[in-house]
Amino acid sequence: MSQDFPFVGKFPLSDYIDASLEWMTQAFSGVTRGISTVLGGGVEAVVAVLSFPPPWVVILLIAAFAWWIAGRRVGIGTAVGLLFLWNLQLWEATIETLTLVLFATAVAVAIALPLGILGGLSDGFKRLIMPILDLMQTMPAFVYLIPAIPFFGLGQVSAMFATVIFSMPPAIRLTILGIRQVPGELVEASDAFGANWWQKLFKVQLPLAVPTIMAGINQTIMLALSMVVIAAMIGAGGLGSEVWRAIQRLQPGDGFEAGIAIVILAMILDRVTQRIGQKRKQQ
Amino acid sequence: MQPKIQVKNVTKIFGDHPEQAFELLEQGLGRKEIQQRTGQTVGIHDVNFDVDQGEILVVMGLSGCGKSTLIRCLNRLIEPSGGQVLIDGEDILQLNQKDLLERRRRKFGMVFQNFALFPHRTILDNTAFGLEIRGTTQNERREKALEALELVGLDGWENAYPSQLSGGMQQRVGLARALAADPDILLMDEAFSALDPLIRRDMQNELLNLQARMKKTIVFITHDLDEALRLGDRIVLMKDGYVVQIGTPEEILSSPASRYVERFVEDVDKTQVLTAGAIMRDAPVLASPKDGPRIALRRMEQESFYCSFVVQRDGTLEGYIWADDAAEAIKRKEKTIEGLIQRDHQPVKPDEPISTLIQMLADTRIPVPVVDDQGRLVGTVVKSNVLAALADNQPDREEQEDDAAGGEGGGDEKAPAESAAP
Repeated sequence: MSQDFPFVGKFPLSDYIDASLEWMTQAFSGVTRGISTVLGGGVEAVVAVLSFPPPWVVILLIAAFAWWIAGRRVGIGTAVGLLFLWNLQLWEATIETLTLVLFATAVAVAIALPLGILGGLSDGFKRLIMPILDLMQTMPAFVYLIPAIPFFGLGQVSAMFATVIFSMPPAIRLTILGIRQVPGELVEASDAFGANWWQKLFKVQLPLAVPTIMAGINQTIMLALSMVVIAAMIGAGGLGSEVWRAIQRLQPGDGFEAGIAIVILAMILDRVTQRIGQKRKQQ
Repeated sequence: MQPKIQVKNVTKIFGDHPEQAFELLEQGLGRKEIQQRTGQTVGIHDVNFDVDQGEILVVMGLSGCGKSTLIRCLNRLIEPSGGQVLIDGEDILQLNQKDLLERRRRKFGMVFQNFALFPHRTILDNTAFGLEIRGTTQNERREKALEALELVGLDGWENAYPSQLSGGMQQRVGLARALAADPDILLMDEAFSALDPLIRRDMQNELLNLQARMKKTIVFITHDLDEALRLGDRIVLMKDGYVVQIGTPEEILSSPASRYVERFVEDVDKTQVLTAGAIMRDAPVLASPKDGPRIALRRMEQESFYCSFVVQRDGTLEGYIWADDAAEAIKRKEKTIEGLIQRDHQPVKPDEPISTLIQMLADTRIPVPVVDDQGRLVGTVVKSNVLAALADNQPDREEQEDDAAGGEGGGDEKAPAESAAP
């Protein structure tokens, strides 16, 4: 039998959180509705565009892109993997998931880059943001789903909100690292030639940090993919919902099919984005 | 003429409370004690010197003596704690950020010990960096960068990346990058220290050649005394953040201001530094082509010398004659010595290092004649002159012991506290 804390009652943490979330939901309802419309519309549009042509056309285009970025092997692997997904009748779900992942990644990177640059250049900001990043990464991912629903309602935008929060930290961390890794003597050299803050950042620090930042973006994409599957619980659709349905109906075969599809998608995204980072490094 | 750079009472203290350190410095405490008492580190203290237009000033000292801090105070990569740095009479330390950047873009070029080239940029884009920062148009940038690369002998490499170049070539790019923006002042921080000795020697020669054409004002930092003596028109010797001595290479070698400097110069290869001009003496005997052999021989006998240089009326060196030949000519009753003149002598210029002379003196029986640019004889060098020069400048034994007893000797420079302790 559990014993209550002596003398004082329970600290009403959950009440406070509920209250502040409720307040935020109402206060920013205009903003959240706007985001909901724009992002929801965007996702729908891209899914529609990718679903319009016959699957083999899209597969060919994606494979050609992978070949161009990462070489023959990855290109062929991409084509074979995607054709297999089409064969498994998971093409629609794959497109939904891919679109969602790319949208979430784009939003996450758009937020992460400026924060990472600030953290890379300012010790104070780094000290401020580090514990927040720890919190974002260690909080069980499911928890983000709960407030997402009052903010954005059931569906893809809520899923994206949770995904962005969960997948953003590596991009921020590695941007901070990349900026700080730039050798001090190169920064000093650009100072010596009279470079101002912007010139230093865009001509020296950012270009030299690109390989590290790309590694962060790669991590973000992987995390986004894993979260999109979890987010099927609040109506994200795509491959995640196939898995979710299989769990509810206890159909291990269907579950594995969808699971393997996610793995194939992950491998393609990983190989291609890794190569983008490496390509820069070789110069 | 106003000096290009004037450094006045420049002090740098690292730490949060420089004022505490200043107070203790006033009381004459040393670096170590101030560090222990206040936690502040004295980088450099009360440094004063001028650099003239077109001069190479070498700042020389061991690691930790503050020379790298000093050079960074000149363009405020490190903010001095006190003093003045005047560039063309303008106090750099009073400038706001915008003007400071502008001065760095226009007046300073800097070369770094480990090259500090940008690995993501081609050689051309590295070289053009200063111009790009300054906002020069792309065409002009390219043109000037290519010019600078040609100057350092790297034409054809403009599309390579730094990692494809050897260390020596990389530092040539470093030099080209500093020159491309055509600054008045070059700051060179241990620029050649990371190169191996042969390449370093090449680069030193190259720098001297470029300097002969360009007449930049150069502040060169090094821990290598040979390099300092080779490159410097004047040398600033530093120790523990203080300036110990300022002077020409010859002054530093021949009259070291303190025992510290003496110890430094003890090991120097003097044959590389001392020149024919510094050790030559007047020719012992001179004759003119129109002189009779009898007169010429008598002069030689007076000086008890076995040969005589022959010069024209305007001082131009004609050759030399042997005393024996003059005696023979007297017997043959010749009127002048013109027919006796030997012309296989090898004259040297006054700036020839004596290392060359040693070789020449080993191969010849006559003194080595020293001539100026017009071919006029200005002096001669015999073996004993060289020996005297090499044996000279040895620290006086007695004086050395005095110094050891009384801490750091030598007049007005301050004695660092740690070595004055009993």
